[in-house]
Amino acid sequence: MALPKINQIAGRAVYVPGDDIDTDRIIPARFMKCVTFDGLGEYVFYDVRKNEDGTDRKHPLNDPKFSGATILISGNNFGCGSSREHAPQAIYRAGFRAVIAESFAEIFFGNSTQLGMPCVSATHDDIQALVRALQADPDMTVMIDLEMQRIHFGDVSISCEIRETNRQALVGGYWDPIQDLINGEEQVEAVANDLAYFRATAD
Amino acid sequence: MGKSLFQKVWDAHSVRRLSNGQTQLLIGTHLIHEVTSPQAFGMLRDRGLKVKYPHRTFATVDHIVPTNESLEPYSDKLAQAMIEELRKNCAEHGIEFFDTNTGKQGIVHIVGPEQGITQPGTTIACGDSHTSTHGAFGAIAFGIGTSQVRDVLATQTMALSPLKVRRINVDGKLAPGVYAKDVILHIIRLLGTKGGTGYAYEYAGEVFDNFSMEERMTVCNMSIEGGARVGYVNPDETTFEYLKGRPYSPKGAAWDAAVERWKNFASDPDCAYDDVVNIRAEDIAPTVTWGINPGQGIFVDENIPAPADGKTQSEREGISEALEHMKFQGGEPIKGKKIDVAFFGSCTNGRLSDLKEVAQYLKGRKVHPDVQAICVPGSQVVAKMAEDLGLAQIFRDAGFEWRGAGCSMCLAMNPDKLVGDQLCASSSNRNFKGRQGSVTGRTILMSPLMVAAAAITGEVSDAREVFGLLPEPVGA
Ligand code: SF4
Repeated sequence: MALPKINQIAGRAVYVPGDDIDTDRIIPARFMKCVTFDGLGEYVFYDVRKNEDGTDRKHPLNDPKFSGATILISGNNFGCGSSREHAPQAIYRAGFRAVIAESFAEIFFGNSTQLGMPCVSATHDDIQALVRALQADPDMTVMIDLEMQRIHFGDVSISCEIRETNRQALVGGYWDPIQDLINGEEQVEAVANDLAYFRATAD
Repeated sequence: MGKSLFQKVWDAHSVRRLSNGQTQLLIGTHLIHEVTSPQAFGMLRDRGLKVKYPHRTFATVDHIVPTNESLEPYSDKLAQAMIEELRKNCAEHGIEFFDTNTGKQGIVHIVGPEQGITQPGTTIACGDSHTSTHGAFGAIAFGIGTSQVRDVLATQTMALSPLKVRRINVDGKLAPGVYAKDVILHIIRLLGTKGGTGYAYEYAGEVFDNFSMEERMTVCNMSIEGGARVGYVNPDETTFEYLKGRPYSPKGAAWDAAVERWKNFASDPDCAYDDVVNIRAEDIAPTVTWGINPGQGIFVDENIPAPADGKTQSEREGISEALEHMKFQGGEPIKGKKIDVAFFGSCTNGRLSDLKEVAQYLKGRKVHPDVQAICVPGSQVVAKMAEDLGLAQIFRDAGFEWRGAGCSMCLAMNPDKLVGDQLCASSSNRNFKGRQGSVTGRTILMSPLMVAAAAITGEVSDAREVFGLLPEPVGA
């Protein structure tokens, strides 16, 4: 099954400010009681978006000006905390197709890539410039170019970074490695057979 | 030039280079639990794939199990659905499941080691970020996402890029009342919550040489809180001694051969590290968090930082946000903060040694009347031994609720939750906003003995004062 090549992502964007936004904030643990990821999108950032009685709080994701945004913008160390894929899944299923932040936590970054949702980093100042432009024109289109590692908006463009292996995986259309891993079957068996503990079974 | 343990284990498990430039790495041991595996089994089903090596996957249930009811169906229907799904998936694919009726169920990171499944020189993966715990045995253990759980189930491998290795030496002697938990909270305070990004942490030095396996696990457990996906300690006699005779440990001649192999995996004395950090044990005091990430820690006798103490704008904003959530003022002492709940448990500090250490001080004392104190053993094995050794009774007599094994209030996916803005003294590993089940709930991370001290006095206290562990002042 060939995967689409992800070269460019364009769409409207929304800014969720803050550093160290952790996976508990992205999807509170109580919403992880599920046996499929379907429906998680509804609960993204739930506790910061909603009051305890379920009514909306003031939050960029509740702001009609930004509804329908497909690019999420945030601060430093985005996605830190747990390895739960529920976090990137919730973001993806809420309609986002890319995240721009100053930096990302390792596992979140890898999980997102494997979903085909690029996480690109830009400097604090560049992100602030992007945010100012966005606030002036919420309908503005933001375009992430993974080939050139640039982000375009209005008539401005800023540079962005993404780890080279992950970038290539996205633009080359092999961001989900499952088929490639399956193809290695024979070599896997050889390596496994060399490991005594792997062959052993319990008494 | 020698090699680090990380490099040796990586090399022994490397299958090939993938087209995306990553390495296909064999995962020797796969641990699964109910929260992050059902979707992965669903993905297998969608693609018509089978579990490739079922005998290398082990399952247990921990996050959602209630700790105050053992009869099924559980009052929480979603929890019931999740345990049943795991049962079904394990039966269908021939995976060993340490179910609630086996006497072996518990937090996955406690079950693996105590069954002897966690072994040196192996690769381990689990859909849970605290998989780093298993590194205490000299294994390379990765927390992974659900798509990778699928990859490991289907192929016993996953796509990874190598990590750099940072050696963290802690030399000298820890003072009485200073524990492994304080060591790791101190390390995270020094290096930051993302200081470990891209690194495996190799913990070494006199303190680790003298640590028990349980103490090594406490430190490795929280590597992820420092941003390091992997943390490990080189295997030594302490490791082998711990593993000897456990259900899944090799037996007889296979044992001797295994010990020989395991020894060889330890980092070579002449190996080069990407980074080295040296810490003096004497500089570490009982540490508590005051904020909303595990890097926001101070010694218990220090004052809570004020926004002006931040070096950068973003640090200042981070401090303000944390103070606002915690309802603390910058500059005031953390000591004396009234607590509502004391939580003893989790994969960081829910082991027998934690219970033993604390029980000796708890004996004959009482939990403060304003505090709800709960003690949750990390596994059914721990619970049984604590019962047999009379430790459970000491906790009960002191006024702790003694619960069944599970993750409990560490992340509150079961009925154990904070209410409103309760302040909790917790032996767990995360103090994120909302972590313990209430959006406005507040968590202070600390060592188990510090939790006991807070439970007794009703406020954040220096356990060394409460339990008389400070040296007599000179001349007294
Ligand atoms: S005890 Fe807490 S940190 Fe450990 S596995 Fe359970 S929920 Fe995760």
